[in-house]
Formats: sequence, structure tokens, C-alpha cells
Amino acid sequence: MIPRHFVIALVVLLIAALGMSLYALHMRNSVAATPVAPVDTRPLAPPVSGPREPVTLYVANDEDGSLRPHAAQIPLPSGRQQRAEELLQALLTIYLDKTSPHVLGGGSEVRSVFLVDPGVAVIDVNGAFADTHRSGVLVEELTVASLIHTISANTPGILRVKILVDGKERDTLAGHADLSDFYDVTAVNQLTTQLAP
Amino acid sequence: MRWTSPSRNAQPLALAGVILLSAFLLSGAAPEKHLSVYSVAANYSLPLVQREGRDYVGLLEVLEPLGKVNARSDGARWRLRYYREEADFQNGKSRARVQGRDMEFPGKFLLENDRGLVPVSALSVLLPKILGGPVTLHEDSARLFIGSIATHFTASLASDNPPRLVFNFTAPVNPMIAAEAGSLRMTFSREPVVAPASPTLTFGSKAIPSASYNESSGLAVVTVNTTVPVIATFSNAGRTITVAPPASAAAAPSPPSAPNAAPPSPGAQTTATPATSVPAPAPAVAPGPTQQIWRRYFAVVDASHGGDDRGETLTPALFEKDVTVALARSLRQELESRGMTTLVLRDSDANLSVDQRAVFTNADHAAIYIALHVASAGHGVRVYTALIPSGEDDRGPFRSWPTAQHAALPLSQIAATAVASEFQKRQIPVRTLAAPLRPLNNVTGAAIAVEVAPQGASLAQLTAPDYQQLVTSAVATAISSVHDQLGAAQ
Repeated sequence: MIPRHFVIALVVLLIAALGMSLYALHMRNSVAATPVAPVDTRPLAPPVSGPREPVTLYVANDEDGSLRPHAAQIPLPSGRQQRAEELLQALLTIYLDKTSPHVLGGGSEVRSVFLVDPGVAVIDVNGAFADTHRSGVLVEELTVASLIHTISANTPGILRVKILVDGKERDTLAGHADLSDFYDVTAVNQLTTQLAP
Repeated sequence: MRWTSPSRNAQPLALAGVILLSAFLLSGAAPEKHLSVYSVAANYSLPLVQREGRDYVGLLEVLEPLGKVNARSDGARWRLRYYREEADFQNGKSRARVQGRDMEFPGKFLLENDRGLVPVSALSVLLPKILGGPVTLHEDSARLFIGSIATHFTASLASDNPPRLVFNFTAPVNPMIAAEAGSLRMTFSREPVVAPASPTLTFGSKAIPSASYNESSGLAVVTVNTTVPVIATFSNAGRTITVAPPASAAAAPSPPSAPNAAPPSPGAQTTATPATSVPAPAPAVAPGPTQQIWRRYFAVVDASHGGDDRGETLTPALFEKDVTVALARSLRQELESRGMTTLVLRDSDANLSVDQRAVFTNADHAAIYIALHVASAGHGVRVYTALIPSGEDDRGPFRSWPTAQHAALPLSQIAATAVASEFQKRQIPVRTLAAPLRPLNNVTGAAIAVEVAPQGASLAQLTAPDYQQLVTSAVATAISSVHDQLGAAQ
């Protein structure tokens, strides 16, 4: 014979558990119904200040599969690493324009550039950069060569470049261009000669 | 204690009886069965065990010579990892989970002392999924071919006097040769020789009327029926075997046996001449300065992508991986019609990593590796050589994997230039470029990649047989023009 007070306690606990489950379900539905604000992609850092300097960006052109020098004036900070980041930001601004000769997917970003002695640059792009990139040997090669040659031509002392995606190593950019190894800047410079219009 | 005495006397007799009985039983026991496995990486033989009336083999043992593999058991489960591919088996079940997909295979998986056994008949189902390439099983003869590895042969009778029967093989061979009364038998234990179109060949000659092919117990045997004593001689670096009566048969009835010639069987008549043979060059594991390279295929054609890696999505229903296979098959036909033995690395929709592609090519010492790609962007054809990444230096005989192509790059550029030149002749727009494209930089011989884009705006041209044949015949013609340079390089 089960004591009566045990039965009462059990019933109370069951009612409490049922009530909490209903409350949790209600809360979950409320959260799902709440509109989520879109991710704010505006830069958190203040606009770059510094004198505008002439630089040469190397812009890919899909029409003839070439890499063309493009003279530009952009504000550059004094720090070497920040300058490298600004160079690539300026390059991406061109590629994100819908009239660009080598369009990159929306949301493509260069997250950061690290300059590590001796002579190593690490370019970290975001996932959208690789995930939305078109697939093909030439089209991927143009992007890689454009990034590397732009940064190495305007930042003396870079000998090797590594490209990461979301801070991690990735096999290829979009199925072809190898991202698993360090790029030799001298070899990329020779490639740039081949890619000249 | 008197009763112990006869027992002591009987002990030596009983022991002798047991030994004799064991010897009798062992002498009458069936020979241990073996599975012969042929692959680009290695040729090897594995013992088979009988379970539930079927031939079983250890799956780990099959895969170990082919690459990086490990296995662990967890109760009734047995997990296998081959490079990045994983397979999950359960003891007593005929279902496995390979690369995340369930699949059935004939027979049951057995787990014995942490050793995973599968029926031999299941290998043709399991291995293509695990290895990512074609596998052919000759179950009756216990011969397993991994990849397009088979060595084919033709036999033709030269109507000289005396007549000569000439066997031409697509790769060097070195069979065991034995002569008996009225026949000469060539036994291929290490070579992946496969049957000709007809297992029995007739020649209409009185001296050499016929030959036959059969295979069993992991061996392939070609038997030449003769009415006169014959000898076998090797030429063409082991690719050609000529069977003919000796020039001075009457004067010298018993020429000395070659080192690899089997002694005549006890029943052989003394009138038969033991065959002589010149051994083919031994397979070279690694190239040395004066070592002769053993090469099974002149060219390795790689249909890029495959399996989960679809390459570029050309249209919603057309992927790069499908077009590259069609191009690869066409290129193999074009190369072989010009006399160059060719291996297509991926001849089905299989996963094959870039490392595996390079390993297969390097293991075979192919004279040239040709990767095929297809693109919607641009017009015409792009021919690529490796853009060597920044890597470690070679250490002694060991080459740095990322820069393995370095020494062969000039040769690759010769091949790329020849291919580009041929496209120009055919008025197809072409460019030669370096590219950061694996596995070009991991291949130790000449290596190029060909990226085919349509000449006009229509992507339908990529699947048009005429355009594909135009492209592949141009590549084959170009490779043929530098054949000697490529072939002599190693």
C-alpha cells in the first residue's frame, strides 16, 4: 500500500513538470515569432584616416582572363599591416561592384591581413568569399593572383602569402585554386606576367 | 605398477603413429588458397579462409598495401578508415555504412579476434566505394584488379620459316616458363594479365597450331601448343615474348635453362626443349641515377573532380565532373590509337583525392600526367603547368611533397607548349599558364592540366562529341610529337 502523502507528492510533481513544459513551449514559440534584426555589417572601426596615396591595384578581368594594373588614390594609415588591409579592401570594393570585370559574390570580405616576419603575409577572407566564388581554374587563379600581387607589389618585403578562410586552412578556393600551401611571391609575380593583357 | 610397463613401451609407437598420421593428412590437405591483388601501388597475394562455405579475406590486409588505413573494433562493430573514407561494419551483417551511406554486399561480415573478414565476392562492391576507383574481380580465379591495371596481349604468328609466335603485351611481363611435351606454358603470378578476346587462339600452323589462356588460383596461364621443340625469348623491354623453334634445335637439343625458367615436370619427355627466357627489367621502386624505370603506362589521364566533388556546375543538370570523364575516355582512345599506353584515373563517378591521384601517377612513373578540367568562363582551351608553392627542400632521396614537380617542370612546359602549338594549328584559342592547381605540383614526372571552355557562348559545345574529339585529338597529337622527350626523361 503506497502511503497517501507519496501519491499526493507525485501528483504535484507531475503537474509541476507538465506546467513547466507548457511554459517552455510557450517561450520557444515567442522567441521564434520575434523578428530578428538583420546582421549589422557596418564596420565597427572608425573610417581610415590618413593621407591619400597613389597605389596600384591588380584587377582581374574575366573577359580576356587578364590581370590589369589599376591606379588608385586611397587613404592609407601609417601601420604596415593596416595599409595591407586597406589595399585589399579597396580591391574588394571594385570586385563587389556589379559592373566589375571580375565580380565576387555578395558578402565577400577580407577579414584581416597579418604580416609576420620574416616576409610572410596571411590574408584571412570570410566564408562568403570562398563559398560564393565561381568555380574554375582560371577564374579562381585570377582572384588569388590579384590579391597576392596587389599586396606584395605595394608592401615591400613580402616573400610568401597564405590565404585562410574564416581563420582556417581550406583545400581550395572554389574547387581548383590551391589554398593548402604558402604562395611564393616570386612565382606569383611570374604568373602575373603571364596574365598581363 | 606392472601395468605401466606396456604403456611406456607403447608411448613411442603412439607418437610415431601420430606423426605419420599428421604427415599423411597434411600431404593430402588442399593447398592454401590465395587472392592475387593487382594495383598501381603494389601487386600482392593474400591468403583466403573458408567460412560458411565461402572464401573470406581480411579487408584490412587488402587495403594496407594501397595506402593509409587503420581499423578498430568496438564490440560487434568494426570501423575502418582509409585516408578520409570511413566504413562501418557489424559482425554477422551483410550491410555496411561506407562514406555515410548504407550499402548491401553479398555474404556476411565476420569479426574474428578484431580482424574484419569479408567474402571475396563482396570486394567488387565494397572497394570501389572505399577506394574511389574501379575494381574488377575475377572471383573464380581469385584475381582482383584495382584501377584500370589490366595487362592485355595479342598473339600473332609470323609466317617465317621456322614460324614464330609473337606475343605483345601492353606492359612488361616476366612469367615463369615451363616446357613440356607438346606445349610451352607461361605462368603469370605477379602480372595483371587478362584474357584475350577468345581464350583459345588458333594459328593454322603445323609447328604451333594453337594457344590457350586460362586463369585459376590467382594465376594466369598461357599455354602454347606445339609439335616441335620451342623456346621463348623476351624483347622490347619485356613487352614482347617470341615463341619459336631454336635456330640450332637439332644441334643443341638442350640449351641451358634461364634463372626464372621452371624445371621440366617429371612427366615431361626429354625431346622437349626447356624454354629460355631473358628476364624483363625488375620493377623499380624509386628512380635512381642509373636505374631503369619500370613503367606500366605512358600517360595517366585524370578526369578531375568526381563523386561528391562536382566541380563547376555548368548547368543545373550538367557538372564539370561528368564532362571530364567523357573527355578522359576520348583522350585515352586518342592516345592509345597513337601507340601510347594510357590509364584513366577516374572512369566512373568516384571520389578520388588529389593525393591519391598523385600517388597513383608517381607509383607508375608515367611519362606524363594530364588532368582534364572544363569551364564555362572564357573561350577555347587553357593549358596549365604547376605553380610551385613555397615548400620545404628535398631531403636526400626524399622529395618535398608540395614541390615534387620542381625537377620535372621544364619537361611539363615542353609538353604544354606542344599542346598549345597543336591547338593553334587547329585554330582553337589557347593559352599556357602556370596554375596553383593540385596535384600538378605533387607529380614527379611531366604534368599538365587542360581546361576546356566552349569556343562560343553555348555550353552545349562542351558535351558535343565533335568538339571533345577535336580537343582530345589535338592533345594526343601534341603528346605524340614529344613522345620521345617525355619517354626518355626518366
